[in-house]
Amino acid sequence: MSESASVAHEPERSLPEHPPVTDWVNDFDHTDPRWTENPFPIWEELRGASPVVHTQRFLGCYLPTTYEAVKAIAHDTEHFSSRRVVVRDERPEVQRNAAPPITSDPPEHKGAKQLLLPPFTPDAMKKLEPRVRAICNELIDDFIADGKCDAAVRYAKYIPVQTIAHMLGIPESDSDLFIHWIHQILELGIKDERQLQQAVQEMSAYFVDHIEARKQRPSDDLISTLMSAKDKNGQPLDDSHVLGSLRLLLIAGIDTTWSAIGSSLWHLAKTPSDRERLVKEPELMPSAVEELLRAYSPVTMAREVMKETTISGCPIKPGNMVLLSFPAANRDPAMFPDAEKVVLDRKENRHAAFGLGIHRCVGSNLARMEMTVALEEWLKRIPDFRLDPAGKVSWSEGTVRGPRQLPMLFPAKA
Amino acid sequence: MAGKLRVHVDQEKCQGHARCKSLAPELFELDEYGNAHEAGDGTVPPGLEDKAWLAQSNCPEIAIEVTEE
Repeated sequence: MSESASVAHEPERSLPEHPPVTDWVNDFDHTDPRWTENPFPIWEELRGASPVVHTQRFLGCYLPTTYEAVKAIAHDTEHFSSRRVVVRDERPEVQRNAAPPITSDPPEHKGAKQLLLPPFTPDAMKKLEPRVRAICNELIDDFIADGKCDAAVRYAKYIPVQTIAHMLGIPESDSDLFIHWIHQILELGIKDERQLQQAVQEMSAYFVDHIEARKQRPSDDLISTLMSAKDKNGQPLDDSHVLGSLRLLLIAGIDTTWSAIGSSLWHLAKTPSDRERLVKEPELMPSAVEELLRAYSPVTMAREVMKETTISGCPIKPGNMVLLSFPAANRDPAMFPDAEKVVLDRKENRHAAFGLGIHRCVGSNLARMEMTVALEEWLKRIPDFRLDPAGKVSWSEGTVRGPRQLPMLFPAKA
Repeated sequence: MAGKLRVHVDQEKCQGHARCKSLAPELFELDEYGNAHEAGDGTVPPGLEDKAWLAQSNCPEIAIEVTEE
């Protein structure tokens, strides 16, 4: 889509600068390159200072650093709203039906979420599993003879995007288009509202066409399911609700799982003992997946403070955002013994990678299935692999963390 | 010898993480939304005690109670 006249004529706005952080405790910035590269020691420092820290950046934002504080905020929908779920430099006006139910608060949240839950139950995921296994093997076929690949770009990235396209009933061949929009929304959009709006508009136009096509000829995919869903009064959803939920499924379903698969392969590539153990003891896969989700949780959410309150003894004031770091909660040693270690057979693991409370990720069963299948198929065909010392691993910026470049070496197979 | 175990899912707390169903499929059922409840009256058959404790200690919402009768 070409840039519209209204966008071209907007006056240049001066966006806040992000000077390098020198005082993490009072001036944290989750877009600082050091946070992007290795956030774990930063979280440890902040947790040592206070269960909740604050920055003036992003127009004012708190960061809970402990599991307890993250859990308290996630469960408190009275003082904390989900109407804005990304911490950015700007706070544009809140849009109705932005992306329900992730952007919904009670009482609207429950109905919006219940519409989406049935297609994502574990049983529904079992039916989808063979397609995901086929997707993984098609991707591996493309690079296994080379003896090397970028596992983030050529493997992890395409598994969730092709899977969600399959579920929605849109062409898997449009994958690169979706990936481009998501990069604009979740990474560039933090500091550039116009990129975000452009991507949202293009995405909406794309889905409007698919909705119109299904009005002529209904199908049995997720778009048709949403179009035929009824709200609690028996009324069909209005088009803006259907569009908002479709945007959510595409945005939330892709770079999150891409990140989780990528981080897991990164860990196994640099930790031969864990890799060999998982190859020898495939029955460990379910607990290994949970542990990798805990240690490398990709998703940090956000809330907006609506009313003054106290969390873990810290005063919380309206007008601020909250960076709701489930990844930092999952590294809290008060909750997880040896929190900094990956223990593939960890027995007690109440990790919060998919959130806590009413906003528990709708796609958690899908993400777990995709991660499990992606690791199983990779390990079956490429049991021996390591990071390519000639390449560089790079990590995404923003609130979904995972490797975006992951160069690997392995024995080539015909 | 210890008495019989019984599991119960607090419907107010369960958010459908489905960890219990994955760890102890014999002891839990999911509804059409993926939220969990105990199978039958929650009685844990002999031999499945470890699975009951495992499910309890992996529920992120602390929604599972295990009681000893």
